[in-house]
Amino acid sequence: MALRTRTFAPARSRFMRGAAFTRRLHWIYLAFGLAFLAFVGLMALLEHLGLPRNWIGFLFLVGPIVFYAGIGILSRTTDPTEYYVAGRRVPALYNGMATGADWMSAASFIGMAGTLYLSGYGGLAYILGWTGGFCLVALLIAPYLRKFGQYTIPDFLAARYDGNLVRVLAVVATIACSFLYVVAQIYGVGLITSRITGVAFEVGVFLGLGGILVCSFLGGMRAVTWTQVAQYIVLLVAYLVPVAWLSIKQHATPVPQATYGFQLQKVIASEKRLQADPAERRVIAIFQARADEYEARLADIPSALAAERSVATRRISELKAANAPQGDIQAAERELARVPRDADAARDEWTRERDADRERAQPLAGMPPHAQQFAGDPHGDPAARRAFDDSRRNFIALVFCLMVGTASLPHVLTRFYTTPSVAEARASVGWSLLFIVLLYLTAPALAVLVKVEVFDGLVGTRFDQLPAWINNWAHVDASLLQVSDLNGDGILQLGEIKIGGDIVVLATPEIAGLPYVISGLVAAGGLAAALSTADGLLLTIANALSHDLWFRIVDPTAPPTKRVTVSKVLLLMVALGAAYVTAQKPGDILLLVAAAFSIAASAFFPALVMGVFWKRANRWGAATAMVGGLGLTLYYALVNQPGVRETFGLTSPIRLWWGIQPIAAGLFGVPFGFALLVLVSLVTPPPSRAARAMVDEVRLP
Amino acid sequence: MPTSELAADPARAARARHWRRTQRLTAALLLAWFVIGFVVTWFARDLDFPFFGWPFSFWVAAQGGMVVFVVLIAVYARRMARIDRRLADETPPADAPVAR
Repeated sequence: MALRTRTFAPARSRFMRGAAFTRRLHWIYLAFGLAFLAFVGLMALLEHLGLPRNWIGFLFLVGPIVFYAGIGILSRTTDPTEYYVAGRRVPALYNGMATGADWMSAASFIGMAGTLYLSGYGGLAYILGWTGGFCLVALLIAPYLRKFGQYTIPDFLAARYDGNLVRVLAVVATIACSFLYVVAQIYGVGLITSRITGVAFEVGVFLGLGGILVCSFLGGMRAVTWTQVAQYIVLLVAYLVPVAWLSIKQHATPVPQATYGFQLQKVIASEKRLQADPAERRVIAIFQARADEYEARLADIPSALAAERSVATRRISELKAANAPQGDIQAAERELARVPRDADAARDEWTRERDADRERAQPLAGMPPHAQQFAGDPHGDPAARRAFDDSRRNFIALVFCLMVGTASLPHVLTRFYTTPSVAEARASVGWSLLFIVLLYLTAPALAVLVKVEVFDGLVGTRFDQLPAWINNWAHVDASLLQVSDLNGDGILQLGEIKIGGDIVVLATPEIAGLPYVISGLVAAGGLAAALSTADGLLLTIANALSHDLWFRIVDPTAPPTKRVTVSKVLLLMVALGAAYVTAQKPGDILLLVAAAFSIAASAFFPALVMGVFWKRANRWGAATAMVGGLGLTLYYALVNQPGVRETFGLTSPIRLWWGIQPIAAGLFGVPFGFALLVLVSLVTPPPSRAARAMVDEVRLP
Repeated sequence: MPTSELAADPARAARARHWRRTQRLTAALLLAWFVIGFVVTWFARDLDFPFFGWPFSFWVAAQGGMVVFVVLIAVYARRMARIDRRLADETPPADAPVAR
C-alpha cells in the first residue's frame, strides 16, 4: 500500500526513535533555554559595565541568529524525508512548539497588542479567529493529512482528486498566499533590524534573509523544525518577561493574564473621566476646526490654493523688507515650497489631512471604549442601530475568515506531516494551540496594562516632565509616537498623543522601567517570530515548486538527492525574489497578511474538507471550487480596495455586499467554493476507484 | 447501517462503525466550537454582565474562548484514541489496521 508511512522506514531506522529521542530533546532544549538565559544575563552584565546600547542591540540580533545557524548546520541533510518532513519523528510536544513559532508571525508578536490597544474589543476578532482556526485543523484536516503521509498539500489534493489539474491549481494557490505572507515577514525582519541596529532598511532585509537561509537552506524541514522550537522559546520569554514586570510595577500580580480584569475596570473609569474632561474637549475642538478648515479649502480648491500661495509669498517679502534673520526667511521659503503643486495634489493632500484631523477629533483620541462590544447602539437611533449591525457583522465575518484561513495555510498544515503517527498529529494540534494561547492570553492583558499607564500615568503630566521613553520613541519614528501641546496648557492630554500600534510591544520594557537589555530581548523575540514564520513559508514555496511541479510533473524519475538539490536552489531563488519585492516597500502590510488568509481559505478549505468527508467529491468539483472560490474572493477584495481602485481608475461607487469589508472577502469565497464543489461534482462522473480507496485509507487511524 | 454485506465482512463493518463514531464526535465538537466562536460572539452586547472584573463577553473573546478551543482539541485527541482502540479490538487480527 503506497500510502502507508512505512514506505520510508529504512530512512528512519538510522535515527533514534521514540522515548529515548524525546528524552534527548528535553535535555537539548533545556540546555538551550539555560544558555539563552545566560546570554541575556551576560548582556545585562555588559550593559552594567557600560557597553553602548547599539552594541547590545546588535549582539541581541546576531547572538540568536548564530544559535539558529548552528542548529541549521547540525541538521543539514540530503535525504528527502528528512528534508521535506523532518524524518516524521517530531514528537507532538515539539511539533506544537515548532507550529507555534511557525504560526506566530511578526504581526502576532509586535502588531497584535497594538491593535488591541487601539481598537479594544474589535481587535479580539484576531485573537478569537486565529485560535479557533486550530479546532478546524484538528477536527477536519491534520489527522487525515498525517495518515496520507506524503510531503505537501498539493500532494494530498492531487492524490484525492485524480491528478495534476488540481495539483497545479494547488501549487499556484500555495505560492500566491505564501509569497504575500513571506513578504510581510521579511518586511518585519527589516524593520526590527534597522530599528535596533540603525542600518538601512534594505540592509536589514538582506541581513535577516541570511538568518533565514542558514536554517532552511542546508537542512530543509528538519533544520526549520528544530530552529523553530528554539525560536518559540526565545519569543515566549521575550514576550512574557516585560509584561510580567509591567504588571508588578502597577502593583498587581506577575500574572496579569489572570487579574487584568481589575485594570480593565480602571480603564473604563478613566475613559468616562477623559470623555468629560474640558481640556480634552478643547483639543477635540482644535482638531475639528482644522478639519473644517480643510473642508472649506476643498470646497473651492483653485482659490484656496492661490490664497495660500499668496500668503506664503507675502510673508517672505515682509520678512525680507523687515531685514529679518536669514533663518526665518529660509523657513518661510520652505513653507512656500510645501504648498501643493497643483489642484490634484492639493485635493489629495487636503483630503488626507482632513480625514486625519477628523479621526483625531473623536473622543478618546479616536479609540472606541476598550470593553465596548461593537460600535453603535442596538437601542439607539437608526444610524446607531445601523452602525451596530454593521460592526457586529464585520466582526463575525473577520473571525470566520481568520479561522478558515488558519485551517488552510499550507505552511502550517505541512507541519502536521512531521509527527510520527496520526494520534500524535492530533495531540500536536492541541500542543500547538496551547503554546500559541500562552502568548495570545498575554496580548490583551498587555494592551490593557499599557492603557492604564497612558490614561492614568501619562495623561495629565506636564510637558517638561514627560518620561524619557516618549522622547526616545518620538525621535525614532514619528509614525510610532507623536506628542505636541496643541491647546498650549503645558499639560499632556490624551488627544495630543498620536500612537502607532507597534509601539505598545516595542516600548513596554521602557514603560515598565526595565534596563535596555530587555528591549534587546524584545527585539530578539520579534526577530524570532518573523524569522520562524519566514522559514516555514519559504520552505513551503520552494517545495511546492520543486516537489510538486518539477519532480511530480516535469521529471518524475529524478533521484532523491537531485530532488533535494533542486529544492535548495529554488529556495535560494524564492528567498532572493521575496527580499527584492520587500525592499520595494509594498504598501500595507496588514493588508498583505489578510489577503493571504482569504486566498488560502477560499482556495483550499472546501477541497481539503470535502476530500475527506464526502467521497463523491471529484476533480472537476474540486477544480471549479478552487478557481471559483478564489476568483470571487480576489474579485471582492480587489474591487473594493481603495488602492487597487485608484490603480485601475475605477470610479464606480464602492458597493459592499451586506456592508462586509474587503478584509473579510473569504466570507463569500468559501461558501461559494463549497457550493460549486457539490454542484459540479454531482453533474460530473464520480471519482476514480483509487481516489475512493484513498479516502477509506485516510479515515482509518 | 449494518447491511447484509457488512455483516458478512466484520473488518469492514468495524471500519464503518469507526468512521461513524469519528463523524459523531467531530460534529459534536464542531457544534461546541460554533457556539463559542459565533453564537456567544453574536450576542456579545447582551452578555455584558461582570465576570471577575471583565465584562463576560469580553472575557470570552480574550480568554475563555481560547481555553475552550484548547479543551475541545484535547477532548478530540483523547476520544479519538479511544475510538481507535475500539477499532483495533473489533477487528479480527488478520485484518488489523496499520499499527499506530
